[in-house]
Order: sequence, then structure tokens, then C-alpha cells
Amino acid sequence: MYDFKTINGLIELAQKEELSIPEVVILREQELSERSEAEIRELMKKNLKVMKEAAQKGLEKDDLTSISGLTGGDGRLLAEAEKDGKSLIGAVISQAVAKALAIAEVNAAMEPIVAVPTAGSCGILPAALLTVAEKYEKKEEEVIDALFVASGIGLAIAQQASVSGAEGGCQAECGSAAGMAAGAVVYLMGGDHNQLASAVAISLKTVLGLVCDPVAGLVEVPCIKRNATGASNALVAAEMALAGIESVIPVDEVIVAMKKVGDALPNELKETSLGGLAATPTARKIENELTLNN
Amino acid sequence: MSKLSLLDIIGPIMLGPSSSHTAGAVRIGNLAREIVAEEIEEVKFHLHGSFKETYQGHGTDKALLGGLLGLSTADPKIKNAFELAEEKGIEFDYLPVELDGVHPNTAKLEIKDRTDKTTTIVASSVGGGSVVIKQIDGINVDLNGEYHTLITLHQDKPGVMAKISRVLEEDELNIAFMKVLREYKGALATAVIELDHNLTTKKLRAIKEIAEIKEARIIKPVK
Repeated sequence: MYDFKTINGLIELAQKEELSIPEVVILREQELSERSEAEIRELMKKNLKVMKEAAQKGLEKDDLTSISGLTGGDGRLLAEAEKDGKSLIGAVISQAVAKALAIAEVNAAMEPIVAVPTAGSCGILPAALLTVAEKYEKKEEEVIDALFVASGIGLAIAQQASVSGAEGGCQAECGSAAGMAAGAVVYLMGGDHNQLASAVAISLKTVLGLVCDPVAGLVEVPCIKRNATGASNALVAAEMALAGIESVIPVDEVIVAMKKVGDALPNELKETSLGGLAATPTARKIENELTLNN
Repeated sequence: MSKLSLLDIIGPIMLGPSSSHTAGAVRIGNLAREIVAEEIEEVKFHLHGSFKETYQGHGTDKALLGGLLGLSTADPKIKNAFELAEEKGIEFDYLPVELDGVHPNTAKLEIKDRTDKTTTIVASSVGGGSVVIKQIDGINVDLNGEYHTLITLHQDKPGVMAKISRVLEEDELNIAFMKVLREYKGALATAVIELDHNLTTKKLRAIKEIAEIKEARIIKPVK
């Protein structure tokens, strides 16, 4: 049995069986689905392909607009500024943020994306991972392995807490995505198990309490920009963990704390668009205008 | 709840923007297509709750219709669902509705097929692209489209369920879940039987031949 419920459980299983984390995650899936390792790897390869295409489309298409007309084009704007040498924060983070914006904008434009873990947070993991992979010229197989690491982290979060904004707020959606991305990046850069666990913990800790308050109920404002900060959060956490900085609170305790914070959040702040940014005068005005246009 | 797969975490590949309002809506359309199983002439989508409030911004309208046309959650053609339906001569309309005691993301589909039969389906998108068909023609079915599902309408008499399971047993068809619903004793009852494997046409015929069975249909799972 290659089952695990927690990040610690996943790491212990890998150590005990002398396997890598991707190997444990794949073996668990083999037991669950009766699919072969080759089939599972092929599915992940397909996911990676769609992630890359979404990033490219978001950065290159010059008329990318959401169905509502509210958003589009910001990823491209940032990527151009960075190319022109105008980045304040450095190439890696700037490019990752641009990709996260781009993929989330592609999502809002009703184009194909991979929900990781959800459609609303689909930009974070690919943006952080693809940017690092490009910079350090990682092979496709290594990136696919990192995606299995991200899945393992996501499974541990989903089983102990939630990855749904309606259940746990944005911390559960963009927060989980950032945790998955942080751990995957640490793995890709050769970090050890402790560094991986710390990266997930650090990234999740920084967004505890983040509410889900979509303007007019749409996956656009503030979701797209939260994908951007989610990608930077993942990279900052990975950077700290790879330098040897540890999380004082162990990762699984952070996940359980995230669950409790989510439970304590009022319904107004869990995707219902009744509170937070969704209840601001500007949001209400946008909502009215969209209804009139209908 | 079944165990989470890593494909629930990384994936599905889908058209944005929302797993519940877009991908789930496509799956509702896919299942409705399975249930009707005839060429469709006209469909009215009665939208409730959050579906009603945000259906255009989320593309729920195109997603429901595209699903009904048989497109999958990742098919870019969903964006052109209106044009595709028009080409096929299918009339469609979206109307607001208030339904009692249902999930906020719920739609009632009124589908008229080319045999002039109208089927009414109430379905909810319950999160992450998962859906539940709540009712078919006023009968509570609660099916999620993850299994091959046999639905029967039969006389509520002792022994009917045994006859059905005998037919299934001959092919070693394993029942994953089963429920029987009836309005009152001795009247018509519905059985919803979710199976691990598909039922052959021959077996479905054998079920239909059971004296007490009035109607039986099989609904294939949708991805």
C-alpha cells in the first residue's frame, strides 16, 4: 500500500521504501486506478503540454479578453516591461508573475487550461515551475517528476483540509497552489525532503486567512492577480527553504491550521461574492453594468 | 467519497473559467445527452442561483449547450456552441428560475427530442467539475455520471429487484451503488443501479422483458 494522508506520511513512505517522492505518488495512483506507470506519466505529459500552451497563448495573443470583457492582456504587459529591462524585482520572479497572469487570463477567456488544483488557481504552479525549468534548462522528464511532487502535496492538502475556495477561501485555492508550486520547485532544484516540507509550510503560512471574494462572482477580479502573487509566494518560499530556512510550525500542522481558519471564515468570504472586494462600491457597479449588458 | 486521484489535483484539462460553472456545466450537458439518447430538437435551460446570476460571465450557457451537443470539457468548440446548435437546427433558450432546496449551481433542462418526447432533467454542479443529476422527469435519481447507471421504472412488487439482480448476476456485473425510490406502496417505483461495467444491449433487453418493468435505460458515464 502506497497511501498517504499527510506530507510527513508521504516523506516517511519515500524514506522507508527508498523511493523518490514522484515514485511514491505514481505507485499510489497505480494502486488506485489500475493504470500503468507509463499511462500515468503520459497523462502528466499531456497536462504539461496544455500548461505550456496556455502560458504561451496568454503571453503572445494581443487581443486576449475575458468573456465579461473585464480582464486580459496584463501578463503580456508585464512580460514586455521585463523584456525592456524595466524589471524592479528580477527576471525569474517577474517572468513567473507574467506567466501566472497570462494563464489565469487565458482561463478567464474560456480557453483550455489545467485546473491545478482548481481553474481559479490554474496559473500558479505552471508559472513558477516553467519559469524555473526554463532558467535552469531542466529536462521535460524532470519537470514531469516535479508535477508528481506537486500532486502529492496537493493530495495531502486536500485530504487534511480543502483545495476549494467555496469551502476554505482563497487560502485553500491559491494558497494550496502556491504550496504545491513551492514544493515542486524545491524538488526540481534538488532540495531535500525537509526543504520541500518547509517550502510548502512557508508559502501556506503567508496566506492563511486569505478570503475568496470574486467580483460579480467571476473568476477574474481579484483571482487573476492572486495567481500572480501566488507564483511569487511560491518562489520566495522555495528560495528561503533552499537556503536552509525552516518553518517553525511543521507543514501538516500548517495545513490543519489552514483548514480551521477556513472553517472559521464566514460564508460571505467563501466564493459567495457577498463580502470582501466583491462587496465594494466599485465591484457592485461592475456587477450592475454586467447585468445591464446581459 | 471515493479516494482522491492525483488527476483530481492536477487536472482536469478544461476550458476556463470555472470548474463548477463551466466544466461542470459541460458534464451536465453530456449526461443530459446520454439520458435523452435521441436527436434533440429544442432545449430550454432554466437556470437557478449562481448559474442564473453569472451564466454569461462564466460561459455556463455555452458549456451546457456544448455538453448537450456532445463536446467534452476541454473542447475549444464549446466557445462556438451557439453556432453549432444553430447549424444542427436545435433551438435553445435560457430562462431564470427559482427552485426549492437545491444547490446554488443548478439547472433544469427541458429537452424536446425529434420523437416529440420531452424530458425534464434537474442537475447540480457541486464543485470541482463534479455533477449530480437530481431528477429525471420528476423522479429523484441522484446520479453522478461516474458509473454505468441502469434506471428502471417498475411496478412496486416484491421480487422485482431480485429479478433485476439475477439478470445482472449472470454477467457478473458488480453493483457499485443501488437505490430504490417509490412514491407510495404498490405504485410505480424507480431503481437507480450504478454498475462497475457496462450493460450489454442484450442484458438491457432481458431487463425490459421482466413483466413488472415499464421502462429501463442505461446511462453511460461521462468523463
